[in-house]
Amino acid sequence: MKFKPIRFIPDDTRFPIMRLSRFGFFVSGLLSLASVLLFIFVGLNVGVDFKGGTVMTIRTAQPANIEQLRAQVNSLGLGNAEIQEFGSPNDVLIRLPAAEGGEDAQQTAIARVKQALGSGVEFRSVEVVGPKVSAELAEQGIIAVVSAIIGILLYVWFRFEWQFAAGAVLSLLHDVLITIGVFCLLRIEFNLQIIAAILTIVGYSLNDTVVVFDRIREYMRKYKSMNLADLIDFSINSVFPRTILTSVTTMLALIALYIFGGEVLRGFTFTMILGVLIGTYSSIFIASPVLILLGTVMSEKKAPDARARAAAARP
Amino acid sequence: MLHFSKWKQLGILLAVLISVIMALPNVLPARYQDMLRPYGLRPITLGLDLQGGVNILLEIDREDLKKRLTEQLVGDIRSTLREAKIGYNGINRGPDGVRVRITRPEDMDRAVTGLRKLAQPVEAGGLFGAGAATALFDVGIDGQQVNFTFNEQGIDNKIQQAVSQSIKIVEKRVNPDGVVEATIQQQGKDRIVVQLPGVQDSQEVKSRLDRTAKLTFQLVCEAQPSAAGQNPPPECKALPMKDDPNNILWVQTSSRATVDGADLTDARGAFDQNNSPVVSFRFNQKGAERFGKMTRDNVGKPFAIVLDEMVMSAPRINEPILGGSGQISGSFTVEETNNLAVVLRSGALPARLSIVEERTVGPSLGSDSIKAGVNASIIGLVLVVGFMIMSYGLFGVFANIALLVNLIMLIAVMSFFGFTMTLPGIAAIVLTMGMAVDSNVIIFERMREEWRNGRSAMSAIETGFKSAFGTIFDSNFTALIAAVVLFGVGSGPVRGFAITHAIGILTTVFTAYTVTRYIVSLWVARTKPREVPL
Repeated sequence: MKFKPIRFIPDDTRFPIMRLSRFGFFVSGLLSLASVLLFIFVGLNVGVDFKGGTVMTIRTAQPANIEQLRAQVNSLGLGNAEIQEFGSPNDVLIRLPAAEGGEDAQQTAIARVKQALGSGVEFRSVEVVGPKVSAELAEQGIIAVVSAIIGILLYVWFRFEWQFAAGAVLSLLHDVLITIGVFCLLRIEFNLQIIAAILTIVGYSLNDTVVVFDRIREYMRKYKSMNLADLIDFSINSVFPRTILTSVTTMLALIALYIFGGEVLRGFTFTMILGVLIGTYSSIFIASPVLILLGTVMSEKKAPDARARAAAARP
Repeated sequence: MLHFSKWKQLGILLAVLISVIMALPNVLPARYQDMLRPYGLRPITLGLDLQGGVNILLEIDREDLKKRLTEQLVGDIRSTLREAKIGYNGINRGPDGVRVRITRPEDMDRAVTGLRKLAQPVEAGGLFGAGAATALFDVGIDGQQVNFTFNEQGIDNKIQQAVSQSIKIVEKRVNPDGVVEATIQQQGKDRIVVQLPGVQDSQEVKSRLDRTAKLTFQLVCEAQPSAAGQNPPPECKALPMKDDPNNILWVQTSSRATVDGADLTDARGAFDQNNSPVVSFRFNQKGAERFGKMTRDNVGKPFAIVLDEMVMSAPRINEPILGGSGQISGSFTVEETNNLAVVLRSGALPARLSIVEERTVGPSLGSDSIKAGVNASIIGLVLVVGFMIMSYGLFGVFANIALLVNLIMLIAVMSFFGFTMTLPGIAAIVLTMGMAVDSNVIIFERMREEWRNGRSAMSAIETGFKSAFGTIFDSNFTALIAAVVLFGVGSGPVRGFAITHAIGILTTVFTAYTVTRYIVSLWVARTKPREVPL
């Protein structure tokens, strides 16, 4: 094959990451703070999964008249219904708040909406989540994110050193926090799919971080006299082409999914795209520079290879 | 590193071959799929969000169950004390139990002995339940008062029983003809999940599930209310009429004046002589005898047909009904009588089931989702494959072959082991494509580094694989942790994502590392390269 591969990322980059990271910490700190404030004062646009209620998607024969539909549904007195276009002029999403009077009242509400809109409308999907289930789902969602982070903390701690685990978890929290901040800002519905996306981001961002950490550990053993800041710079630059190329391939797949994957998945894909961007940034500018702040001491004794240690521990 | 023993080569080829065979049913026409099914080869199972269907989560209504137990207990207390000829002044029903006040102190001992038997021990179900029987009520004595208080442990056991009973009944109700592939399973302590693929209208199913269908035939009291809101005399109960719920009928509650519908053997939708829809039913022998006796003793009087605390109709007994069959009229529609017949045949639920969650997807949305998912997958694949070739040339082609094998394996595992593919699952496949090549990127970048650092081509290639392995393992393992956690807490579609993602990670580690390495080793053996073409 005579084809010469294209080098998208030049070799031997020399980005002064450690110097830039001061700026990075500042920006990340600011964004994290903004996210916390947004979360407290604006709040998430929580979907039915977590607050209970009903979501229906309908398809009308002609392009839907949203105003008319809103008037029709609101005249039923079922609370403040949200009605919006859903991907095409003929598709509409109707969201009803959780009905007072619990599970039975919700069932009655659906029947009344179906009756009011008549037979010219195709009900493409109906989701009803009762107050009890939604409370449980919210609880499970929080447990999921927290336990994933703890699991990862333990694994990284076991494979590396505690400073690495702390760096990894700090950058994960940073990713999750800013993602949630964006959700508060853009008022995108926060539901079970988004939790799935956030957990995947956690996995992805960590994937990036671990690749960098592996390299730092390797260089720590190889270049014992290099100072830590230079070593981290060197490591990050060595794996830089990989970091970017992998983000690009993942991004290509996600963009295909975002554009062609249909309306139902759009929230999920959006979160993933956001997460890959933030995750790539944080594994370069947060996770590794944190190692210096936490004072990783470079000596063979303090930074042993976990595998070697495990082997030595075996009888 | 680049040497593969004959056995290893055979193993890799075999794994690939088996995957191809297991994934094959997905692209075959239905005719051939059926031929392969007996060998365990089947296409991937689609979740309800892709094939359309109804998913309902039911929960046993604990309060309703307690209410029933209270009513039953009150009836038992009355008949026990009456049989023992013990006087009492008043039975109090409270939220946490029942209290009876015995009139004369000298009756207390006899009363307590008799009443204690009513506390009803319940066998706990399950593995550790054998022998551990807990009473439904704790019995306490306070002066001349006997207190029955609910024992929550006993109620828990009762709920467990109720769940397993209900599952059988629900099965008969949602799938009376056995034509749908319904899945009905217990979830958690007090819940039942019902999945009906292909069912479009959840309304009919729900109308069969949201009633307990407790049917009784009760004599009507002599006295009837003359104004709204009057209290019925003792041994009578006020029940609304179906035609007009504001219209109240007083019916007798004593066991002598009641025949229980639990003794029905059959129920069908039918028409009466006026051609109005009715439900015709047939009693078993015990029920027929009781029904015959009640109608014989009360010719000329009306009796109420009561379903779930509502009077369907109250016809007059024109003659004794001895044959054990009859009709329930009550201004029904034909659909109502058919549904009612299904419900009556299935028997009464031990307690009310409330619908705590429902997700219905129409078939058109499902097939649109599949189309969108497949389009996105193909476009994503083309983009990733193209990018890999542009970045790595020949080695990019190797990575792409590994990626293809990866996807085939992923689909093979999902199909063969019957894991459910959901729409988020398709997203996981697309994501796997993007992330799977990562391992190859790590390896190739490493080779390139080693090559540029002055190693020979062979040595650079070998070192590339060797030093990349630890990194690949660590980075994928952490992603796997997140996927497993998600599987543990997720439900339905999200769980579909977690399982697809997790399997994708496993197949990625195998293909990106082993398959690529094998292809590269073949290439190395053939061309004996003097430089790394990266």
